Amino acid sequence: MRADLEIIQQWVKPGHHVLDLGCGDGTLLDFLKRERNASGFGLEINPDHITTCMNRGVSVIEQNLDTQGLDNFEDNSFDIVLMTQALQAVRRPDKVLDEMLRLGAEGIVTFPNFAHWRLRWGLALSGRMPESDSLPYKWYNTPNIRLCTFKDFEALCRQKGIRIKSRRVVDGQHQNNWLARLWPNLLGEIAIYRITRENT
Amino acid sequence: MPDSLPVDSVGVVTPQTYHFETPIELACGQALERYDLVVETYGELNSDRSNAVLICHALSGHHHAAGYHSMDDRKPGWWDTCIGPGKPVDTNRFFVVCLNNLGGCHGSTGPSSTNPATGTPYGPDFPVVTVSDWVKSQALLADRLGIECWAAVVGGSLGGMQALQWSLDYPERLRHSVAIASSPRLTAQNIAFNEVARQAITSDREFHDGRYYDFDTLPRRGLMLARMVGHITYLSDASMGEKFGRELRDQAYKFGYDAEFQVESYLRYQGERFSEVFDANTYLLMTRALDYFDPAYDFGGDLSKALAKASCEFLVLSFSTDWRFTPARSEEMVNAMIAARRKVSYAEIDAPWGHDAFLIPTPRYTDIFTAYMDRVAREVGA
Repeated sequence: MRADLEIIQQWVKPGHHVLDLGCGDGTLLDFLKRERNASGFGLEINPDHITTCMNRGVSVIEQNLDTQGLDNFEDNSFDIVLMTQALQAVRRPDKVLDEMLRLGAEGIVTFPNFAHWRLRWGLALSGRMPESDSLPYKWYNTPNIRLCTFKDFEALCRQKGIRIKSRRVVDGQHQNNWLARLWPNLLGEIAIYRITRENT
Repeated sequence: MPDSLPVDSVGVVTPQTYHFETPIELACGQALERYDLVVETYGELNSDRSNAVLICHALSGHHHAAGYHSMDDRKPGWWDTCIGPGKPVDTNRFFVVCLNNLGGCHGSTGPSSTNPATGTPYGPDFPVVTVSDWVKSQALLADRLGIECWAAVVGGSLGGMQALQWSLDYPERLRHSVAIASSPRLTAQNIAFNEVARQAITSDREFHDGRYYDFDTLPRRGLMLARMVGHITYLSDASMGEKFGRELRDQAYKFGYDAEFQVESYLRYQGERFSEVFDANTYLLMTRALDYFDPAYDFGGDLSKALAKASCEFLVLSFSTDWRFTPARSEEMVNAMIAARRKVSYAEIDAPWGHDAFLIPTPRYTDIFTAYMDRVAREVGA
């Protein structure tokens, strides 16, 4: 099983109502439905992913976070709002984080670390924009328009009064890796953050 | 009709008439003592009767949704693009039921049927029926066919409203509700267009207060105008532009008021043809049923409260250029379902054909519809 699914699952309680922003082909929601009897919706804009979700019985809404926002969802209407590997692809990640914690008591966010040593090394050595398994695009066609590092994200959370309840760092294959845990901002490729509002 | 039937056609089909002798109480307070429903079915009902799909028709639709009535038919049923072997509503897996709704003019009891009390056509005495009334009659038909629970109730436009109403009136009798290019209630603009259509009909001198049957005539002019204005709302500016542009029937302007532009002669032709085959009183009735549809009405306008009763899963689809029932109307439905924590999937399909897009098999529409119905079929073991 993918390590990120395993980790996220531990934070979802049975029967939780979840919203998955950028739910892809619905793998995570389908997994949470089966393992945790979770209900909820995924938002997605990729037509093929939407079709796959519908075929596997995942409730999916075609909705673009950048252009349509999340105004149609009511405050505190979810237990958990998820966003895996999509934060770096929205126009205003800061506002999306606010919205996540408006809609849900808790948020789970995963994104690729732009300070991973291989990316640093690639940039330093070749002078070209880095590419990797988790960032397989060219600079001109990448959907990942808001790349950041773990440190950047944590600084933003501090600034916004968002509390980080837990952080787990995994490698590109979502495997646990003791080195990444030891020195995350250099050796971790993907982080899974569990966030909440400061006062909760 | 081609010389041989296409392989993905349900083939030659024969409608059946079901007589109902028990009075049906209608929302208006009146009852129909007895009535007929004309029905077509495609595919086979499985042994546990779990694979039945109800197709609900739109304003001018009827029971003939797929296949051909004879080898001489020029065209197949109105939704043949989506119903048949290997099509989104796959008749190899589903038992598909489509009926002409009460008040219709294709064989089910309606204004042009004989009123048993007078021996003459009902005409204006036929009660105004509502979407809820239709759903009730469809449930009685389901009883007759031995279908306790539909795998899905599916419809486009006014048909989608019936699919939504089913989820509220008989929540335990359907697993899925599919509402395509539909709306949870008409807007003032929608009602305004309906009113123009009705005025066109009722102001025709041949209308005779709805008793034109007695005068052996038809309000052709009025019904033609009603259809022309309706037809414009089914298309998009772009699709009309592509089909007709400013093309003239002849080379030059004639400085008169005959049909000189292609679009004029198209609308006139469509309107004239329609006025010969459709009943004007039924047109009035169908547009009124549209106007009245508003399941949120009894819940202070809050559709999500109405949806608290629903237990089925929903698929809602809209089309980008549909300005009769815009994507925003579908999203209104979807948002109410989200607020009510119902299971719902939604997509807005890019298609240039306006409201009519729900009848045209664009690749993404077909993919989504097929994927969803495939899952419904798997769920019921079909």
